[in-house]
Amino acid sequence: MGASRASPVSLKAGRIEGELKVAESLADSASNPGHAGDDPSRRDFIHIVAAAAAVGGAAAVAWPLIDQMNPAADTLALASVEFDLSKVELGQEVTIAWRKQPLFIRHRTPKEIAEAVAGDHADLKDPQTDAERVKAGHAEWLILLGSCTHLGCVPLFGQGEYGGWFCPCHGSVYDTSGRIRKGPAPLNLAVPEYAFLNDKTVKIG
Amino acid sequence: MTAHTTYEPKTAIERWLDTRLPIVRLGAEVLEFPTPKNLNYWWTFGGILSFCLATQIVTGIVLAMHYQAGGASAFLSVEQGIMRDVNYGWLIRGIHANGASMFFIAVYIHMFRGMYYGSYKAPRELLWLLGCVIYLLMMATAFMGYVLPWGQMSFWGAKVITNLLGAFPIIGKPITTLLWGGFAVDDPTLNRFFSLHYLLPFLIAAVVALHIWALHVPGNNNPTGVEVKSKADTVPFHPYYTVKDGFAIGVFLILFAVFIFYEPDALGHADNFIAANPLVTPAHIVPEWYFLPFYAILRAIPDKLSGVIAMFGAIAMLFALPWLNTSKVKSMRYRPTSKVYFLVFVVVCLILGWCGAQLPDDAVIPALGKTGINLIDSDLNSYVWLSRIATAYYFAYFLLITPILGLRETPLPVPDSISKPVLAGEAAKKD
Ligand code: HEM
Ligand code: FES
Repeated sequence: MGASRASPVSLKAGRIEGELKVAESLADSASNPGHAGDDPSRRDFIHIVAAAAAVGGAAAVAWPLIDQMNPAADTLALASVEFDLSKVELGQEVTIAWRKQPLFIRHRTPKEIAEAVAGDHADLKDPQTDAERVKAGHAEWLILLGSCTHLGCVPLFGQGEYGGWFCPCHGSVYDTSGRIRKGPAPLNLAVPEYAFLNDKTVKIG
Repeated sequence: MTAHTTYEPKTAIERWLDTRLPIVRLGAEVLEFPTPKNLNYWWTFGGILSFCLATQIVTGIVLAMHYQAGGASAFLSVEQGIMRDVNYGWLIRGIHANGASMFFIAVYIHMFRGMYYGSYKAPRELLWLLGCVIYLLMMATAFMGYVLPWGQMSFWGAKVITNLLGAFPIIGKPITTLLWGGFAVDDPTLNRFFSLHYLLPFLIAAVVALHIWALHVPGNNNPTGVEVKSKADTVPFHPYYTVKDGFAIGVFLILFAVFIFYEPDALGHADNFIAANPLVTPAHIVPEWYFLPFYAILRAIPDKLSGVIAMFGAIAMLFALPWLNTSKVKSMRYRPTSKVYFLVFVVVCLILGWCGAQLPDDAVIPALGKTGINLIDSDLNSYVWLSRIATAYYFAYFLLITPILGLRETPLPVPDSISKPVLAGEAAKKD
């Protein structure tokens, strides 16, 4: 490629020189065809600028074509929901849809909480204490994205040997804190961003 | 393309065309193309595949006239609209849905044929690579097509497969979000899959054109693997192979019709008669049969990212094959040892497909129960372990067996030319 021949210095010099020469070049181009474009550094410079402009232009057109595939404004607007916890009895789990994904709202029994806390010291694949996965003072409420961190199936509660969830797709097992204990999933069930508005209402997202 | 034609434009209009767009000449060249005279029925699958592609495009365009992409309408537009209300909708969908399976049956036979006869070796590497590209595009097309009826398997298949890409560090998550157009598989996903499902078959058609162009430069390989030496080795494509291919398509159509009219749902899955529900996963997710071997490889590896890499690696092996085979002899007809390893390879692919349809922890031999030998994470008598053994052979076949055998195996005498295989073979033995 011509571009590699010109060092930045010679390029600059070549351009000035080229500008000075351009008038005379044009003048004799008729009698001496081919001569006008023969100054290599000037040619290289024009090639580089033209190619850079084309690449920049193509990228500027490509980006909207790619970005249109990302979540649209109406999808992003679905972002948060409020939920009344008094609907969930002790020991029950309710699945609601949040951002079109299942969300588990689990009212844990003291036994489950004790098991979850006891699990803090086990050999965990994705180490996290139970306290880090619930809000302080609300250990009975475990709120999780019901999407297996392996490939996204919905795990089932009450199956699997850790008293928590079992994923039917490829056999991942989660404990009563939703932490991954066995199987191919790499991470604990995700805890979404949420806050208690009062003792009985949470706002998720 | 070199001209192999005796075509002479006869009418004025043909002469006019011939100096402007010699399309009649191109047709004549294709029909008269000198083709090895010894091609067997394994060579008819190219024609069968072209037939399959045309069938999918014609039936697909008709289905698209009645189908409504959209989470609320897709399932009904297929199960009620097309299957019950549209005139002959059941037939056209039956052809399209089973047609995809027939397409894959044909492509797998076509690929195994190429592997057995060494059709990917020089000078046909590019021909083989274009074929691999077609295969990739077919998989993408069929995957997105299966999502369109928006049943439970459609939905969860889409979710699991798109999540596979999420395994890659850094780029994985943005790519899945980009594919979904949301936080999960949803309406935007379905709409873009429909758009792409419509587009890709036409891309396939374009690559098929390149594939056939790349075929017509070196010409066909043949069962002996010995290149064409003289005109005596060939016959014109028409009428010899138009008739042979036509007959094979006829036989293939019988099998196709058996599925369409007697077992239209045999290759489908009962869960896909339930409308998609993002809150409930079916108890046992399986992909369509043609993806099962890769699904088994994915599940054989206990780590998510490594599993995904192994699955893509299994396909990458096909692309590398022309450079992994070190043998000087193309056809396995003259490679007795390779033939055995190859047959085992075919069986291993079928075993992988079978494993892909089973629950990983189930016992392969139920009567044996648990062996009590727990290796890594599962009992030895489980489909996971069978998949692991088969996966190991799959990769060893490409990376060890093929390169080593090519150097070490002593082939049988290879004929001098297609026309005198036996005599030349005898002569070579006496030398
Ligand atoms: C390479 C060729 C093609 C393959 C392998 C293929 C494969 C598939 C598959 C597996 C399905 C799901 C069938 C089911 O379970 O119902 C499907 C559905 C569909 N395809 Fe295709 N297809 C191809 C070409 C096309 C083309 C060219 C169109 C034109 C628009 C098309 C339009 C559709 C439509 C509208 C559906 C949804 C209706 C239905 O589910 O039956 N396909 N396709
Ligand atoms: S999706 Fe849950 S184990 Fe694979």
